Amino acid sequence: MPAPPEDAGFLPLAQLSMLVARLMEQDYRCLGPAVENGAIVMRELAAPDALPRGLQAGQAPGRYRLQQDPQQRYFAWANGPQAIKPHLFAPRESLWRAQRDEQGRLHFMAVAPPAPMLALIGVRACDLAALALQDAHFLQGDQPDTHYAQRREQLFLVAVQCAEPASTCFCASTGDGPTPAAGYDIALAELTDGFVATAGSRKGAALLNTLNLPPASPRQIAAARQQGQAAAASQTRSLPGRTLRDVLMSRLEHPQWDEVATRCLACGNCTAVCPTCFCHAEMDEPALNGQASEHVRIWDSCFGESHGHLHGFNVRPDIRSRYRQWLIHKLATWHDQYGRSGCVGCGRCIAWCPAEIDLTAEAAVLAGDRERP
Amino acid sequence: MTARQPLEAIVAKRTQESPTIFTLQLRLRDAAAQAAYRFASGQFNMLYLPGVGEVPISIMSDPQERDGIGHTIRALGRVTRGLAALRPGDSLGLRGPYGRGWPLQEMEGRDVVLVTGGLGCAPVVSVIHYLLRRRERYGKLVVIQGVKHAEDLIWREQYDRWATLPDTQVLLAASQGGALWPWHVGRVTDLLEQARFDPGRAAAMMCGPEGMMRTAAEKLLARGLPESRLHLSMERNMQCAVGRCGHCQFGGAFVCRDGPVFDWGQVKSLLEHRGF
Repeated sequence: MPAPPEDAGFLPLAQLSMLVARLMEQDYRCLGPAVENGAIVMRELAAPDALPRGLQAGQAPGRYRLQQDPQQRYFAWANGPQAIKPHLFAPRESLWRAQRDEQGRLHFMAVAPPAPMLALIGVRACDLAALALQDAHFLQGDQPDTHYAQRREQLFLVAVQCAEPASTCFCASTGDGPTPAAGYDIALAELTDGFVATAGSRKGAALLNTLNLPPASPRQIAAARQQGQAAAASQTRSLPGRTLRDVLMSRLEHPQWDEVATRCLACGNCTAVCPTCFCHAEMDEPALNGQASEHVRIWDSCFGESHGHLHGFNVRPDIRSRYRQWLIHKLATWHDQYGRSGCVGCGRCIAWCPAEIDLTAEAAVLAGDRERP
Repeated sequence: MTARQPLEAIVAKRTQESPTIFTLQLRLRDAAAQAAYRFASGQFNMLYLPGVGEVPISIMSDPQERDGIGHTIRALGRVTRGLAALRPGDSLGLRGPYGRGWPLQEMEGRDVVLVTGGLGCAPVVSVIHYLLRRRERYGKLVVIQGVKHAEDLIWREQYDRWATLPDTQVLLAASQGGALWPWHVGRVTDLLEQARFDPGRAAAMMCGPEGMMRTAAEKLLARGLPESRLHLSMERNMQCAVGRCGHCQFGGAFVCRDGPVFDWGQVKSLLEHRGF
């Protein structure tokens, strides 16, 4: 279990806005929690002191409801439907443009993506783990994705320890949370009177330096550590704590796939909220004058009809094979691609599934850890 | 090519091969880019029709031909029907080559068996041209090609010519024959028994419908061909061609980047299951 190091600083509650102000002074666009359409989303902060207090959301399979934190804490909410992913892997963006000149010749131009300096305040350990997986997918190899890479370089992450996981959370079992271990610039653990603040990068350390924080006391560090342990212990869901790759690959014709297909609507909500899902469609949008066209990419889902389309037939014509594709990729073949499971235990696919399908329950049945219901 | 956007290509030559199949010989507009363009048999390009979209098309010409880059295409969907309307001199976009080609150098000194079905022949025709130009480096050559209808067979004169070459066997099958179909009527895999090669020193390449390839693999392996020398070209939905968009995943493999040519051992277990 990671914990704040001995040299952590202490940021009093009243000075949280100072941290945001410093980021704004450094030209970061600062995004923090906000309420929109009944959910907690990341939106631009109008002012350094605009971070809301007391937000919470109760989550259960197929359920997400805002509620009030009686202690009025800043970060007592578990994750919202999105956090880091849409800010790096844009839901929709233009990759290149084709233009036909008067001689009929074609010209192709790369589209330079907007890459603002962005600070995300309040990201969770699960999202940092998911970010590492998105980095592996979009940046590794000899041709990193330039759109993703440019935004990635400009990102500043203020992570917070999850003190109040939702009922859908299971990051402790995947080893990804609830206390951020790596991948952040600054990590905060919220106590009643302030935050234990830890730098995780050079730019994070430089920023904390400007705040002249007193060192966190051993008691405060112990309280943060204990809070993380209690949060982990409070999680009621889990994935088996072993690699599921081999067992799942041996269950590709398990009757549970047919059973889950009777409940799954193939709506793709799970893939839209999953912080590691990377599938995207590429398509062309011609200009009305017929002389130009934009080649865009848009988030796609393996639950969609077109995902497995091949001239004249569909590789995955039914929901059974689409659900299997999703779960097998996430929990089994991700190991082959990126050396670990593609699930970080955020539980979003459970909360946002309109059919209340629970990934952990399905995996347990498929892996033979639980009887079929 | 490091940029993701295509280069402009020009249709140098267009050949109608059958009512729906045509071949485009393309040249990159930029002479330096054309001169620098290299590919391996079995790789593919993304061809872009302005305002319509891109399709992955295997390259069917010889890798050492410098004049043009050949693509044989069946007009089936939105983009390929548009490509069918292109005429010599017209512009389109091309990016590539992508993927892993056939391990042709490893096969030197070996008998080579090619089993293809349908338009699966395109990536393999490139191989046939390659082998015939370097005939002395290879042993026996067996070309086994199946089509659905007799009239789907394109390059008929080429097959006739290949059949007359020494140490070269051509076996053709059509599921539905016709008056002028002198070859086998039935499955292409029925022909494997007639193939003359030494399994101990042979290598095989397959391309076409997966069911056909599974049956062919079974028969080839039963004749004693080692699994490590059986290769196949896979087809999946490809949109980015660089292993990012996710559509072409076959288990953990990205077919566009880790394939389209695989060793049998890499894909055999998953091929037994529908839906991947």
